[in-house]
Amino acid sequence: MESVYLTFVFVLAIFLGFELISKVPSTLHTPLMSGSNAISGITLIGALASLHSDNLVFSAILGTLAVTFATINVVGGYVVTNRMLEMFKKKEKKEQGGTK
Amino acid sequence: MSPLFINFAYIFSGALFILGLKMLSSPSTARRGNLFSALGMFVAIVVTLLAQGLDYKWIILGMAIGTGVGVVAAVRVEMTSMPEMVALFNGFGGISSLLLAWAEYHQHPEMSVFIAIVAFLSAFIGGVTFTGSMVAFGKLSGKITQKAVVFKGQHLINAAILVTALGAAALFCMTPASGFGYTLFVIIVLVALGFGVTSTIPIGGADMPVVISLLNSYSGLAACAAGFVISNTILIVAGALVGASGIILTKIMCKAMNRSLSNVLFSGFGTKTAAHSEGDGPQGEIRPATAEDVYYILEAADSVVFVPGYGLAVAQAQHVVKELGDLLEANDTEVSYAIHPVAGRMPGHMNVLLAEANVPYDQLVEMDDINPRMDMVDVCVVIGANDVVNPAALDDESSPIYGMPIIETHRAKTVIVLKRSMNPGFAGIQNALFFAENARMYFGDAKASIQDLVAEFKGD
Repeated sequence: MESVYLTFVFVLAIFLGFELISKVPSTLHTPLMSGSNAISGITLIGALASLHSDNLVFSAILGTLAVTFATINVVGGYVVTNRMLEMFKKKEKKEQGGTK
Repeated sequence: MSPLFINFAYIFSGALFILGLKMLSSPSTARRGNLFSALGMFVAIVVTLLAQGLDYKWIILGMAIGTGVGVVAAVRVEMTSMPEMVALFNGFGGISSLLLAWAEYHQHPEMSVFIAIVAFLSAFIGGVTFTGSMVAFGKLSGKITQKAVVFKGQHLINAAILVTALGAAALFCMTPASGFGYTLFVIIVLVALGFGVTSTIPIGGADMPVVISLLNSYSGLAACAAGFVISNTILIVAGALVGASGIILTKIMCKAMNRSLSNVLFSGFGTKTAAHSEGDGPQGEIRPATAEDVYYILEAADSVVFVPGYGLAVAQAQHVVKELGDLLEANDTEVSYAIHPVAGRMPGHMNVLLAEANVPYDQLVEMDDINPRMDMVDVCVVIGANDVVNPAALDDESSPIYGMPIIETHRAKTVIVLKRSMNPGFAGIQNALFFAENARMYFGDAKASIQDLVAEFKGD
């Protein structure tokens, strides 16, 4: 039964994703990619939850590697997205003549 | 912390991800949206760490290394290198899904058929995402050739790989707990890693926007499959959102090139066409211009539209373009920047570069907005773009890019094309625009050329 429930959640989330993303303007497609990329680092949650103290050594090694890579994905993804979005400014140039 | 509380916290995180993506629909709210999304991730991480029986020494080790590497890479990267950075991070997301599925399987080999299927999907998609992204990274950063690498029997080999993977998966799902099952799992992992390489290597540089979008989608789906393996809803929801996002971007990119996804993935575009069209391309007289000529044209113009392409990124010319734009505006010229959806190497690549140079986003116009009023534009300045302004896409049915929507710069009163040389663009076809009556060719490195123009403007 659980697999049905999980699949149900999955299908709804896919539709929601389509609705949300089709409203993103092309100007923001790069930040969208890197931002959604950071979200895909959500595997980190699974990797953390899998690292129990009674794990086999090989599982623990695999799990630690998964945590490492997923953390790079999450942290790097959000930081770089923030850096990009910071740069998108509206036209109000009189005040900010000397930013460079 | 009880699992019930943890799962409620995951719902909160999921809501923040959705809110964050929703706020990306406008540049003015996008940054806050990203912070909301990051907050959602932070909440999910914290409550996960509160669960009982976790092995913190491994967790701290992994997270410390990951955070360090992630922050340094994200802070250091140049905006022009953004496509390869995204590809790299994307690959890391993929490999972590593979590793997670493997760790789970190693720990609990007794799996139901359903769990075995999703474990296979998580490992396979994750592996393909990883090596595929690494190849994309190599191509984008110039470490391996940007050309489409095509070899004989490529489709056969890829098909054989896929059949092997599916066969191994079917057997694996029947006996996951046996030693034979374990061997099959390792084979699946290796095949997935190989398939990522063989399926990405035949795709050329200018098709990278499609590939990155697709790999982005894969990394989401891999996370999603990993969520099924460990019955974790937040992985499923977040993975599905990313999967959907990647699919939509892929569709938009394909449409902007007027090609089907299978054509992008399998045709090795740009390798066959280059040879045959060399002789019969458009010919004619080109009209070179000097910096001084271009200066007089721009100086007299009432409206100027810049059309940037990948060449702008290569030459790192975004800042000087902005400087030139400011000088033109000071001269009472209306300045805007027209951006083709597939200009550059990833979706929205040009927008990010121009934003870096402080070009306000309301000056960036999309192809569909600029084309109807192109006849009114005095001067179009094409910087390092080629195929996306090639009129052959409109009128030459034999052209490989026929039917692709373009920015119709040839309809402007004057077109100035900045270009290194007369070499054809990625599609390997000569551009009739360069021979048009109203076109002037301004040869040289984009950055140096524009610097010369800026000097001309400042000189008088």
